[in-house]
Amino acid sequence: MSTRLYIPRDSSALSMGADEVATAIQQHAGTSVDIVRNGSRGMYWLEPMIEVATPKGRIAYGPVTPEDIKGLFDKDFLNGGEHPLRLGVTDELPWLKKQERLTFARVGITDPVSVSDYVAHDGYRGLRKALELAPAAIVQEVTDSGLRGRGGAAFPTGIKWKTVLGCAAQQKYIVCNADEGDSGTYSDRMIMEGDPLVLIEGMTIAGLAVGADQGYIYLRSEYPDALIVLNEAINNAYAAGYLGEDILGSGHSFNLEVRRAAGAYICGEETSLLESLEGKRGVIRFKPPLPAIEGLFGKPTVVNNVITFATVPIVLDKGAAFYRDYGMGRSRGTLPIQLAGNIKYCGLVEKAFGITLRELLYDYGGGSASGRPIRAVQVGGPLGAYLPESQFDTPLDYEKFSEIWAVLGHGGIVAFDDTVDMAKMARYAFEFCAIESCGKCTPCRIGSTRGVEVMDKIIAGTQPEKNAKLVRDLSDTMLNGSLCALGGMTPYPVLSAINHFPEDFGLEQRELAA
Amino acid sequence: MLSEDLLIEKHIAAHKAIPGGLLPLLHSIQDDIGYIPEHSYKSISKALNLSVAEVHGVVSFYHHFRTTPPGQHVLHICRAESCQAMGATELEAHAKTLLDVDYHQTTKDGAISLEPIYCLGNCALSPAVMLDEKVYGRVSNARLDALVTASRKAK
Repeated sequence: MSTRLYIPRDSSALSMGADEVATAIQQHAGTSVDIVRNGSRGMYWLEPMIEVATPKGRIAYGPVTPEDIKGLFDKDFLNGGEHPLRLGVTDELPWLKKQERLTFARVGITDPVSVSDYVAHDGYRGLRKALELAPAAIVQEVTDSGLRGRGGAAFPTGIKWKTVLGCAAQQKYIVCNADEGDSGTYSDRMIMEGDPLVLIEGMTIAGLAVGADQGYIYLRSEYPDALIVLNEAINNAYAAGYLGEDILGSGHSFNLEVRRAAGAYICGEETSLLESLEGKRGVIRFKPPLPAIEGLFGKPTVVNNVITFATVPIVLDKGAAFYRDYGMGRSRGTLPIQLAGNIKYCGLVEKAFGITLRELLYDYGGGSASGRPIRAVQVGGPLGAYLPESQFDTPLDYEKFSEIWAVLGHGGIVAFDDTVDMAKMARYAFEFCAIESCGKCTPCRIGSTRGVEVMDKIIAGTQPEKNAKLVRDLSDTMLNGSLCALGGMTPYPVLSAINHFPEDFGLEQRELAA
Repeated sequence: MLSEDLLIEKHIAAHKAIPGGLLPLLHSIQDDIGYIPEHSYKSISKALNLSVAEVHGVVSFYHHFRTTPPGQHVLHICRAESCQAMGATELEAHAKTLLDVDYHQTTKDGAISLEPIYCLGNCALSPAVMLDEKVYGRVSNARLDALVTASRKAK
């Protein structure tokens, strides 16, 4: 009998040589091993991490290079033998064991594209439950769970669905926003590469809930590996009767297609995304009308993020109360948090809302990768505020972050050590906005370029006090005058950098935001 | 040139009936021949009932699409915050010196085109680059040198 081995096909694991490791093992062992290409467990400093199925459970080794393979076989790793790279039983590793993995329950455990493996690990239980419920009851369950949009805006998912359900239309659409463009975020990618069927199931449930029979996944072009996995999973779901006409003999239909984006950050904004799906320039639309009422091709459309859809199956399976019992305040459930940048142990931490930044940075992250002090942390992508050490005790909660003029966004945390120049980061925020602006509104289109120019003066040491005031005035215009979050939130990283790190801007005193 | 035009016509025929099919069409052309020739706008616009200006508007809006042939390989360097926190600014300076090009340019021998990219989702293993369709993590100057050398040999 051959031994089962798990080697991730997750693109970050591939970026460290997982394919080369798989090839080397196959060449060494031939048919004595059965290799499953799973998702990543999310402990990226250990990738490529391979696991061996043993009677004692799965035993992990990592990070493995092709040069290690002979030594691993010599030490009988196929039976869990001792070796310097042996990490122990995967599920017992403290970094994983302390987590509360609900959305990520199967990521790294199953074969991502195997419907039978998915079903064997509680997959499609949510859909079966949904098939027994009336559409309004599905929507109610999602509303009662307290689930809010995980893309960043945190709008209550059930309310959005209710609006679409209430629209009388022949054709409605389910659109998944998989244009995960925020730096420091990769949870969508991990789901799509590690458990794509949970996303497919979530979108199918959404289709049942609102009466839509067509779904699109708008996937960023920077994720070629995710595209392959998603398409394999979709084909397998069709073949097994979970997609297409008359799903599981229920009389309901749901068709699903992946559409590739083309490298425009703005297309993560939902109306711009819809324009792009229609084959146009990704220029944002005025709201109202809301996409829920007039969305794709003018029809009522649910637009949700990957993590939002991927969380729906467990809500339906275990019930709204089960999910709602996690979290704090109005932030219910769990958040898949992504540690990135200058952090020693970077990876995916799914925890209930309420964990503090400090716990994430030090207990999970182990401090900086460089060994120097962590000076600033950007939470929520390129439009998120920079937080200084004095704010590290803030719990992860949408409202608590609002109170300190910061955002949780999509849950990405990027750390910088004390070599960072915050004036340069503020300049970069404007520069990024200038590169990615769709051009529809003036504060964003022009303001971002003027912002770069003023920051260049500050960095050159030209009248910092006067120019910092100019940046504040400009930020005020962008904040209040932009049509969408790109121009409207670029001031978050800019102003938080000035407010918390004035010394980097040549400012003598700490002047607080009005 | 003629065969290229025939390929484009084939892609147009395959995509003209798809709702919102312009982006999928542009992708399939670029996947096939490496870029979207501007002289193809006319036949694309005709088949999709758009103006040439609309097609030009879409192609030029998206960073991913290019209207000139790329080098034999395309090297994307991530410029986003997470990679900056781990030395991407130094890495991009090194790449520009090594290849003797700026962004959006191709080396003199036609081997490598250099492009910026804003996040590859490999933020746990910054700094990251993408060579053709393969992502690499924790890329030091030395690792970048090795990648460039290997791709030049591979052609």
